[in-house]
Amino acid sequence: MSKSLIEVRDLTIGYTSKRGDLVHVLQDLSLQINPGETLGLVGESGCGKSTLGQAMMGYLRHGSQLLKGNVRLDDHDIFDLTAQELEAVRGQKIALIPQNAGNSLTPTMRVGKQVLEAIHLNADVSDVDAKARMLDLLAKVRLPDPEVIAARYPHELSGGQQQRVVIAMALAGLPEMLVLDEPTTGLDVTTQAHILDLLRDIVAELGTAMMYISHDLGVIARVSDRVAIMYAGEIVEDASATEIFKVPAHPYTRGLLESIPRLSRAGIPKSMPGQPPIPGTLPGCAFAPRCTFATDLCTSESPKLETVNQTTHLVRCHHGEETIATDFSRELEQVYHTVEHRLQDEPALELSDVEITYYRPGIMDRLGRDSEPPATVSDLTLSVQRGETLALVGESGSGKSTIVRTISGLLPAKSGRIRFEDCDLTVEVDDRPVDLCRNVQMIFQNPDASLNPRHTVAEILDQPLKLYFPELTRDERRNRQVELLERVRLDGRYRLRYPAQMSGGEKQRVAIARAFAADPEVVLCDEPTSSLDVSVQAAVLDLLADLQRERNITYIFITHDLAVVRAIADRVVVLYQGRICEVGSVDEIYAPPYHPYTETLLGAILEPDPATKPKLLASDTPELGPPAQGCVFQRRCPYHTEICDHESPSWQVSELSNRHRIRCQIPLNELTNAQTDVIAA
Amino acid sequence: MISLTARRLMLAVVTLFIISLIIFVGVEALPGDMATAYLGQFATPESLKALREEFDLDAPAHERYFNWLGNAIRGDLGESYARHKPVSELIGYRFRNTVVLSTAATLVGVPLAIVLGILAGLTRDKWPDVTVSTVSIAGMTLPGFVTATVLIFIFAIRLEWFPAITLVSTNAPISELLPNIVLPVITLTIIMVAHILRLVRTNMIDVMNSDYVQMAQLKGVPSRRIVFGHALPNAMLPTINIVALTIIWLLGGVAIIETVFNYPGIGRLMVDAIGDRDLVLVQGIALILAIVVIAVNLVADLLTLVLNPRLRTARGH
Amino acid sequence: MTVASPTVEQISTVKRRSPMSETWEYLRRSRSGMIGLFLIVSHLLIALTSPLLVPQDPLEMNAEARIEAPSTEHLMGTDRLGRDVFSRSMLGGRVTLVVTIVAIILAVIWGSLVGIALGLLGGRIDEVVMRFVDALLSLPWLLILLLVVSIMGTDMWIQALTFGFTYGILTIRVARAATLDFVTREFLLAARARGESTRTIVMRELLPNVRDVLLVDGAMNWSWMLLGFTSLSFLGFGVTPPTPDWGFMIAKNREILAIQPWAVFGPVIMLSTLIIGINLFSDALAKAMGLDRSQGAPV
Repeated sequence: MSKSLIEVRDLTIGYTSKRGDLVHVLQDLSLQINPGETLGLVGESGCGKSTLGQAMMGYLRHGSQLLKGNVRLDDHDIFDLTAQELEAVRGQKIALIPQNAGNSLTPTMRVGKQVLEAIHLNADVSDVDAKARMLDLLAKVRLPDPEVIAARYPHELSGGQQQRVVIAMALAGLPEMLVLDEPTTGLDVTTQAHILDLLRDIVAELGTAMMYISHDLGVIARVSDRVAIMYAGEIVEDASATEIFKVPAHPYTRGLLESIPRLSRAGIPKSMPGQPPIPGTLPGCAFAPRCTFATDLCTSESPKLETVNQTTHLVRCHHGEETIATDFSRELEQVYHTVEHRLQDEPALELSDVEITYYRPGIMDRLGRDSEPPATVSDLTLSVQRGETLALVGESGSGKSTIVRTISGLLPAKSGRIRFEDCDLTVEVDDRPVDLCRNVQMIFQNPDASLNPRHTVAEILDQPLKLYFPELTRDERRNRQVELLERVRLDGRYRLRYPAQMSGGEKQRVAIARAFAADPEVVLCDEPTSSLDVSVQAAVLDLLADLQRERNITYIFITHDLAVVRAIADRVVVLYQGRICEVGSVDEIYAPPYHPYTETLLGAILEPDPATKPKLLASDTPELGPPAQGCVFQRRCPYHTEICDHESPSWQVSELSNRHRIRCQIPLNELTNAQTDVIAA
Repeated sequence: MISLTARRLMLAVVTLFIISLIIFVGVEALPGDMATAYLGQFATPESLKALREEFDLDAPAHERYFNWLGNAIRGDLGESYARHKPVSELIGYRFRNTVVLSTAATLVGVPLAIVLGILAGLTRDKWPDVTVSTVSIAGMTLPGFVTATVLIFIFAIRLEWFPAITLVSTNAPISELLPNIVLPVITLTIIMVAHILRLVRTNMIDVMNSDYVQMAQLKGVPSRRIVFGHALPNAMLPTINIVALTIIWLLGGVAIIETVFNYPGIGRLMVDAIGDRDLVLVQGIALILAIVVIAVNLVADLLTLVLNPRLRTARGH
Repeated sequence: MTVASPTVEQISTVKRRSPMSETWEYLRRSRSGMIGLFLIVSHLLIALTSPLLVPQDPLEMNAEARIEAPSTEHLMGTDRLGRDVFSRSMLGGRVTLVVTIVAIILAVIWGSLVGIALGLLGGRIDEVVMRFVDALLSLPWLLILLLVVSIMGTDMWIQALTFGFTYGILTIRVARAATLDFVTREFLLAARARGESTRTIVMRELLPNVRDVLLVDGAMNWSWMLLGFTSLSFLGFGVTPPTPDWGFMIAKNREILAIQPWAVFGPVIMLSTLIIGINLFSDALAKAMGLDRSQGAPV
C-alpha cells in the first residue's frame, strides 16, 4: 500500500454554542488520501464537511477548537506547525478552492495581482517570470484574454470566471493536493459541467490529489476515484466510486442514492424521514433512529469504521456485510414511483404575446438614451391546462422567476394577455380582485426567507385564512390550521413553533400549507426543493403531487434541475434569456429533436453514475442580456449559422405531436439526424 | 476619472449656492425681520426705522440676497449689529484661531484613532482591545464640556501645567496661542478618537472575518501582508466618510470647547452671535462654515473614488 | 408514499422559545447590561422622588453659607449663592429627563413613520428626501441645534418638540435602512402576492422585525440627545434658572472649580452615570438582539 499523502485520524472538533454548551461538529473522523487520487466527500447540510475541509488546511473557525485527533500531512501534524510553517505548507502543499469565489477574492485588488501573490508566496521568481506564469495560469484555466482579465477587479467578472481565477490561484504553488469546498454550487448547470471538465484535465495533467466536497452525487460521480460519505460528523462509508454507486454498504448511502431524481428514470424517488443528530450525542450508531434495518445492537453500541469482506471498502455499520450482499440495482428500480397525472381539457391559464421588462426609465435615461434595451421576457405564448404540472426550465437569466412573479402579480406585464378564468393577470396585485389573489398562490424557494421569523406557525397560517375567509371564527380558523398541518404531514402541535425551531423541510411544508390554506386553483412553485437537502426533497415532491391529486390543482413549477422535472412534470417549457426555445411533454422534450439549448442543458447534467459523462456542447460565456435581433441562443449555439444573427426563428411543430414545438431555423428532421438521445447514451 | 472629479467639483459649487440660498431664506423666514429680531423687546418704531434705513432692510428680498452674495464673494459680509464692526473683520482672526485648534486636533486625533481602532479590531476581546474600547467609551459618552472641565481640574488647577482659560487676545501671533491649545486639543482628541475608533474597530473586525481574508490566510499569505494588503484597503473605505463626518462635527463641537476654555475662536463667536440674535454675523459665519463643510465632503468623496474600485469602473454586479 | 412526521416525544419536549424571551434571557445574564439598567432605573426613581426626599431646599439661598466645602449638612457643599449642591444635583436631572424622554418617544415615532414610508415607497420621493436628510446630517450638528432652539424658544415642552423633531431625523435613516433590509425578503413578497393590504404588511410583517433595530437605535439616540441637551444648557440655551439643571450648574459653578470642586462634580457625576448607564444597557441590548451598533452619531 503506497504511502498516503494526507491522513486524518480520530479528528474531533467542537465549538461553544451561544447558550454555553460544547457542540461537536466532527466526531472521531478518519480518512486518508493517496497522491494523485481524487476523494469525493459527500454529505448533506450540517454534516461538518466544510469544517473538515478547513481542518485539512490547519484552519479552525473563530470559536472552534480541536478536541481530539490529528491531521498528518507528510508526517507532520498540521495543527502542531508554527504559523510560519503553516504559511509555507498552505499553497505549496495543499490549496483550497472555496465555495463562493466572488466573496473569496479581495475586492480592492485586481485579480491578476492576487494570482501573482500566490505565485510569489510559493516560489522565488523574478517579477518578469512571475507575470508570465500568472498569464499562463489564467490561460490554463481557460479564461479568454488573460491580459485583460488580469487587470480586472473581482466584481467585474462573472461567477464562472471568478471560480476559474480562484482555481488558478490555487494552482500557483503547484500543490500536491487541492481541497475543493462545493466550488460549483451556485453556478449554472452548463458552467458547472465546464468547470468540472477543467478540473479533471488539470488534475490528470499535474497529478494533483483532490478532496472534492459536495452534496451533489452527480458531481461526485464525475470527478472521484474514491468516495467517502459523511453523516453527523463521521465517515460512515469509504470505497471506490464504482463500489459506492453500485454496491453501497451503509443504509444511509443507500438512502441517499435512492432519494435522487434521475434523468434515466421517470418518477419520484424515496426520501429518508428524520434528521441527523448532533455529533456525539447518541450512544449507538448515529444513523440508527432513521435506519430501517436497525437492531438493538445498533442503538446501544457505536459501530467502528471497518473493512467489509477484506476489501478496501470501509463501512461504519454493524450489518455492513449483510447489506452489501443485497442486490442494490434491483432495489433502485423499485424505488421510483410515477406520478399519476389527471389533466383536464379546459385551460386554467392562458398567456399570449406577453412581454415583461424590468426597465424603468428615469428622467435622465429618457433624455439620453436612443432606444430601449430588449425586454427581459418577450414572445411568451402558452396555455396551461387544469390539473397539469408545467415545468419552466432554464438557467440564471432565463426569465423563469420573472414570469412567475408576473403571474402572481408582483410584477406587471408590459404588454400581452394573461387570463385566468375571466380575470386579467397582466396587472399587479393591488389591482386584482381578492378572489383572484386567492386562486393564484406562490411557494418560494428559500423556506428560511419565506416565513416571517417573528411569527409562529399558527400566525403564519392564520394570515391567508383571515384574508380569504373572513367569515370564519377564531376557533374555526384554529381547526383549519391543524387540518392544514396534517395535510402536509406535520403534527398539529407545530402550530406553536417558530421558524427557527424547525428544519428546512419542515419550514417548506409550512410554506406549502400556507399556500394551500387559500384553497387555490393555481400554485406557482419557484424552485421549492432547491434549498433542501436531497434526502428531504423527494418527500416534498411527493407531498406536492398528492395535494395536486386531491383537488386537481394546476402547478407551474420552476426548476433548473431537469431530473426533478422528469419526476413530476407533464409538460416542459425551456427558456433562454427570457424567450421560449422549446415546449413539449416530458417524453417529447427528453428525446430528439431538441432545441440546441435543450440539448446543451441535457448534455450538461451529471448523473450519479460514474460510468456516464456529460456532453459539453456550448461554451459557458456569460450572457449580459438577450440580443437585439435574431435568435436568442445565437452567441453560444453549436449549430450556429449566419441567418441566426438577423432573423428571429419561427416555430416548428413536431410531426409526431402537435403540442411539441421548437423555435429554430434548422428543420426538425435535420436536427433529429444530427442529435443523439442524450438520456439513452 | 477626471470627468468624475469635474462633476464633483461642479456639484460642490452648485451645493454652495443652494446652501447660501437656504441660509438667506432661513434667516428671512424668521418672524419679523432682522431689525425686530435684533432689537427684540427694546424695539420702538423709531429705532426700528433707524436700523432698517442703516442696513437697507426695506429693499425686496431677492435684491438683498444678490447684494449679500455679491459682496460675500468679494469678501464683504456686511456689518454686525451688536458690535458695529465689519463681519469679516470679526471673523478673520477668530477663524484662523479655530483652524489652528481644529487642525491640531485633527492631526493628532485622526491618525491616533485609526491606529488604535485597527489595533483594537485586530486584537478583538484581548487586552489591547478591552483597554482601548473601555477608555474610548468614556470619551464618547461624556459630553465635551464635562471632559474639558475634568481635564481643567486635573491639569490646570491641581497640576498647574497648562492655563485653565485663554488669556491671550484674539489677534495674537500663533506662537502665543499654542500653550493655550493643549488642553482643548486633548479634549477634542478624546472625543474624536472615541467616535472614530469604534467604527474603525467594527470595520476591521468585519473585514478580518470576511471570506476573502480567510481565503488569503488559507493561501498562506503571512499575517502582516494580510492586514496591510487585503484587510486595510477594505476597512479604510468607510473610514474616509467617518473621518469627514467627524471633522464636520468638530466645527460644532469646537463651539463648546472654545466656550469652556474661553478660546477666541469662531465657534464661540457663533454661540455669542446666536445669543445676541446678531443675524448678520450668524449669516456670515454660517456661509464660511458651509464652505468648509462642502470642501471637506468634496475631498472625502474624491478620496473614496480613488480608493474604491467598484465606483470607478463602469460595470458592476 | 407517505412520510412519517417527527415523533410525538420530539414535539412535546420543545419549549416555546420566542425571539423576545431569548433576548431577555441574554440580557439577564449580561453584567454590563444589568448595571446599565440599574443606573437608568435609579435615575428615573431619583428624578421622581427627589423633591420629597432631598435634605435641603434646592432653591434656598443662604448668604452665610456660600461656597462651603462638603459637610454633614451639605453633602456636596454649597454654591455661590449658598444653595445646597447635593439637593440641586439630585433635582438637576428632572427637566432633562422629562424633555429627553418625551423627545425620544416623539423622535422614534416620527422618524420610524417617515423612514419606513421611504423604504417602502422608494423611487423619486425617497431619493429627494434622502438627499435632503443627508445634506442636513452633514452639517455641524450642534450649531444647527443651537440655531433651532434659539428660534423656537426654551420652554420645556417646546424644547421637547424641537429635540424630538431634530433627532427624529437620525431615526429616519435607521428606519429606512432596516425597512430596505426586509423589503426584498420573500415573506414580505409572499404577503404582497397574497393580496394583503399595505397596512397589514407594515403592521404584521414588517414592524415586528424592524422593532428591534428601532429600539436599540432609540436607546442610543436618547444618549446622544442627552449630550446635546446638556451641551445646550451649558451654553445657556436650556432651562431657565433658578430651576436646577446639570448643564447649567456645571457652567455656572466652573468659576469656583478651584475652591469648591464638588459644586461641579456633583452634577458631573449625576450626568455621567446616567449616560454611561444608557450606553451600557443599549450595548447589551444590541448584542442580545444580535445587532451591531456600528452607527456613529453626529454629536
